[in-house]
Amino acid sequence: MTQPKTFGPETLALHAGQSPDPAFGARAAPIYFTTSYVFPDADHAAALFNLERPGHVYTRISNPTNAMLEERIAALDGGVGAIAVASGQAALHLAITTLMGVGGHIVASRALYGGSHNLLAYTLPRFGITTTFVDPRDPAAWRAAVRPETRLFFGESLGNPGLDVLDIPTVADIAHAHRVPLLVDATLVSPCLQRPLSLGADLVLHSATKFLGGHGVAVGGLLVDGGRFDWEASGLFPTLTEPYDGFHGMDFAEESPIAAFLLRARREGLRDFGACLSPMNAFQILQGMETLPLRMRAHVANARAVATHLAAHPLVDRVAYPGLADHPDHALATRLLPDGAGSVLSFELTGGRSAGRAFIEGLKVFSHLANVGDAKSLVIHPASTTHFRMSAQDLLAAGIGEGTVRLSVGLESLDDLIEDLNRGLYAAGRAVQG
Amino acid sequence: MELTVNAAPAFVYTGGRSFDRQLPVVVLIHGAGHDHSVWNYQARHLAHHGLSVLAPDLPGHGRSAGEPLASIESLADWVEALLDAAGVTQAALAGHSMGSLIALQTAAQAPTRVTRLLLLGSVAPMPVAAPLLDAARDNRTAAHTMINQWSYTPASQLGASATPGISLTGLNLRLMERQREGLLANDLGACNAYQAGLDAASRICVPCAMLCGERDQMTPRRAVKPLHDALVNAAGGARMIIIQGAGHAMMAEAPDAVSDAMRGFLNSAPT
Repeated sequence: MTQPKTFGPETLALHAGQSPDPAFGARAAPIYFTTSYVFPDADHAAALFNLERPGHVYTRISNPTNAMLEERIAALDGGVGAIAVASGQAALHLAITTLMGVGGHIVASRALYGGSHNLLAYTLPRFGITTTFVDPRDPAAWRAAVRPETRLFFGESLGNPGLDVLDIPTVADIAHAHRVPLLVDATLVSPCLQRPLSLGADLVLHSATKFLGGHGVAVGGLLVDGGRFDWEASGLFPTLTEPYDGFHGMDFAEESPIAAFLLRARREGLRDFGACLSPMNAFQILQGMETLPLRMRAHVANARAVATHLAAHPLVDRVAYPGLADHPDHALATRLLPDGAGSVLSFELTGGRSAGRAFIEGLKVFSHLANVGDAKSLVIHPASTTHFRMSAQDLLAAGIGEGTVRLSVGLESLDDLIEDLNRGLYAAGRAVQG
Repeated sequence: MELTVNAAPAFVYTGGRSFDRQLPVVVLIHGAGHDHSVWNYQARHLAHHGLSVLAPDLPGHGRSAGEPLASIESLADWVEALLDAAGVTQAALAGHSMGSLIALQTAAQAPTRVTRLLLLGSVAPMPVAAPLLDAARDNRTAAHTMINQWSYTPASQLGASATPGISLTGLNLRLMERQREGLLANDLGACNAYQAGLDAASRICVPCAMLCGERDQMTPRRAVKPLHDALVNAAGGARMIIIQGAGHAMMAEAPDAVSDAMRGFLNSAPT
């Protein structure tokens, strides 16, 4: 009897979720560009609707190409399954609306992507769901923010844009002590640098638009269920543990004690909110994921070198990159992100807002745009773009200064990136000198 | 639904339809370290096609209370008690792996109560490899990994899932993790210790079918023959149905083929 062996991430990134096409033997992932699927007979049709048989009915609910993507990310993250949606924002919305309704409450890190902050701080309160934002580094603050109606903890593996490292084991323990799950946005690390489910998180979301795709051509989101949270034992989640009139009177936790969350999210959330992913986008993201492990290693190598270079420059006030020893979360990053702290970093120019603008305009290789995680290097000034809705006080609380610049370090030749940064820094210096 | 069996609450999944004892009843018995949810597709399919389904969580498994029972014989007694609790006089029994031994033993010891017998992924005796028994006792994580490795075909482990968006091996790992400490060792020990299987098989007179995964490594086809041969008195002879491309976890890997085979057998004319 041989000892069991599990597949490594490079293998999973290439193969998980995809078998050679049974119809024609195509090795590449076919794009099932169809809205709907022919039923062989009336009994089979009824069986699909009754969940007696697995299969596809309508692409808003499921699609074979999307399923490959879902199963691939589930394998890489160590989850029981996943749901592909139209964007990372759609993944966050789907997670929240599957778990709670009016009166629900979330405890979230205050170091969030601006879009997530908008959803939690401004939009969801209109629908009766409120959020308390806390310092992600302060366990007591997470604890203190819990209310009887709290149904979710939420944070990012690496906070945006200060690159705070979320202490997932600690925050997960606090969440579980209050019988609620922890959802982690792992967009900036991808499963190649961190698997939050193995650290105690219960749900993971990715903006697949970023590193998973890597090419910057497709917007998409993924929501992964770790399958460890016991909804029935918690007793706080009637959407999962009580019969649902909207779908065969199903008690999702009774039907599937492990995958109840995914079942409800697909059968209600995708069905009713409709934020489905195009199969074309799923295909494009799958192509990117094939090289994810290789790319993440190269991203991290370039980012480390760039961070070190910037930290030594006289015009740079501070560099926020957990891979550097002076980052407040460096020790935590060493423990939770041993293969690298990603390739997004931010830094503060000594000259403030005008220096920041001159720096960005002086760059030739870095592209000035609102995205991260592209194979190409990217740059942005958060205070005037991604976080422009936040007050000065909220900006400060999130670790963003007026001169903060965020870089997403890509895969170009390192020499070219360093030269480009020097070009921008020279321009910034001239702007400061007036 | 919840029943009281031997003075303890027992959870019984009914396939999405209310239980109706006026219909022909089939009992679906899960295997070691599992619960009713391994039968989701088959339970729903049979329940929507003229049968009443009882898919219990065995004592100490899933949502059922009570201590896990340590022998196949005591589990067979429990299945009889379940029928009593449900007010069922006669039922067809289907079991997977350890559940197949329970079904076999129940049919042998209570022949008047069992109308048909379906054995999935079954061999008798059912010796469990020493490394797996040791791991189930001392290192659950390793035991779960071994079971996944040997229960799912390579295609299932790496390729497309039969259920869109679900990792079959991931789901099975978590299902086994969800069970209480010591339960897997208890169950595997019960399988390993059960030596009455061939004798029980020789006493089966009702129609019987065996479902075997073509690529099953846990209970491979070649190992099924002694049990199949022992079912010599089964009405019409024991049928052998090969589930193409499937491993031991055939209900998850080939849900349609398994559902169709079970329904076909349960609905076939008496022999």
